Amino acid sequence: MLKLPVYLDNNATTPMDPRVLESMLPYFTEHFGNAASRNHSFGWEAEEAVDYAREQVAKLIGADPKEIIFTSGATEADNLAIKGVFEMYASKGNHIITATTEHKAVLDTCKHIEKLGGEVTYLEVDAEGLIDLKELEAAIRPTTILIAIMYANNEIGTIQPIREISALAKKHGVLFFTDAVQAVGKIPVDVNQDGIDLMAFTGHKIYGPKGVGALYVRRKNPRVKVTAQIDGGGHERAMRSGTLNVPGIVGFGKACELCMIDMVEDTAKISKLRDKLESSLLKLEEAYVNGSREHRLPHVSNISFKYVEGEGLMMGFNKNIALSSGSACTSASLEPSYVLKALGLGDDLAHSSLRFGLGRFTTEDQIDYTIEQVSSTVLKLREMSPLWEMFKEGIDLNKIEWAAH
Amino acid sequence: MAYSEKVIDHYSNPKNVGTLDKSQKNVGTGLVGAPECGDVMRLQIQVDDSGIITDAKFKTFGCGSAIASSSLATEWLKGKSLDDALKIDNMDIVEELNLPPVKIHCSVLAEDAIKSAINDYRVKNGLEQIKFQESLVH
Repeated sequence: MLKLPVYLDNNATTPMDPRVLESMLPYFTEHFGNAASRNHSFGWEAEEAVDYAREQVAKLIGADPKEIIFTSGATEADNLAIKGVFEMYASKGNHIITATTEHKAVLDTCKHIEKLGGEVTYLEVDAEGLIDLKELEAAIRPTTILIAIMYANNEIGTIQPIREISALAKKHGVLFFTDAVQAVGKIPVDVNQDGIDLMAFTGHKIYGPKGVGALYVRRKNPRVKVTAQIDGGGHERAMRSGTLNVPGIVGFGKACELCMIDMVEDTAKISKLRDKLESSLLKLEEAYVNGSREHRLPHVSNISFKYVEGEGLMMGFNKNIALSSGSACTSASLEPSYVLKALGLGDDLAHSSLRFGLGRFTTEDQIDYTIEQVSSTVLKLREMSPLWEMFKEGIDLNKIEWAAH
Repeated sequence: MAYSEKVIDHYSNPKNVGTLDKSQKNVGTGLVGAPECGDVMRLQIQVDDSGIITDAKFKTFGCGSAIASSSLATEWLKGKSLDDALKIDNMDIVEELNLPPVKIHCSVLAEDAIKSAINDYRVKNGLEQIKFQESLVH
């Protein structure tokens, strides 16, 4: 039976898997101890639970448990990685390389670094959202200490050539950090095979709880260190102080374990549904996929429906379908998505985009319903769109002098 | 952000969607906004010999509030004299539709579209264009 509303905003956050919730519950009430309390059973139980979760988390990404630093989420992990490396390796240099399509948690942290006197190169991406490896290598200077390139993009799902990037980083003796929030748990990520030195990821994008994430910090070849950004009791190998969020960490661990067990099956199911959704919607005239279709996460599809505006489009079905748009009509800036603009998309196409983010709990019924609702709303709004009428009359919209706005 | 019931109603059942023959002398057309900004409104009026608006049509590319603003504007225009039509203020639209501050620009666009349509009609009929103050919110 069709379950409404349909949730297709899994890149923003995922619902928590009931199995994750179950694993967490005892750690709120019965086993409430502080993992740093070394002198009694409450503390020991909590510590044991954290140790177990650390193993579950490490296993998913092929790391050693000692290399996992728990944080409040990926934003904190991004901050710790970039600011922590910048401080720790100040004697080596002050230059960081990143890309224009990174998440704001990385971009704004880099902006902060610039204010502190650091230098940052922002690489452009091509029409598919991929960075150019030659440009990356050319950007490396003697003072470069870090390359920060995301594993996969949150808006378009484009997967960067991680192994090629890490090889370049290694060749030039530069550390490689990746924000892998959207990739971990969805596709195989292995810090050793991928050559990653630091990696941020989080619980709530993989059916775990909000408010808990991790920074992977390599311990061997090379041994990486970051300067703590939160000082205090010296938790997490003195890289991140603060009483551990034991129930959150337990849930994060369980979520990682489930991803590991279910990944092959989940991916097969989700990508099949995504492909069905995408191919059906592309039957509409003037509909275009944004980003790479070849190098892409299995659960994401970002489509522009030309001549209709994204927010107006969502209003046609947002009572029953939750997704997000590259149109920023709701924000005060009126600026559309900077990621879509970085692909070279005109503002008009960026305003016309919808992001579909499928998940573990998406059903075929829901996808069929979404196809029908989105298609009929696009058709309805095009009947109402002056731009569609002009397009149909063969008028070149680029030649019209639009009132400066 | 939740939409007001009136915005939802105009969005779901827009009034006066369509196209008038812009080559006709008694039809005035206003096309305002820009695709890059995420909203374009086209508003048309048909005027009889006594200067009364007998029909109004719109097509809008934009969010729900932009669609609702133009739908409401066409409703208000029908039956009005051109002079009265000029008195429609964007804040009347804001009030009627309960638009939040971030959506005020939709109402401004609708007011601009009305004025632009009236001027188009005036030019076609040998009348001088009316000079309006530049919109403040854009």
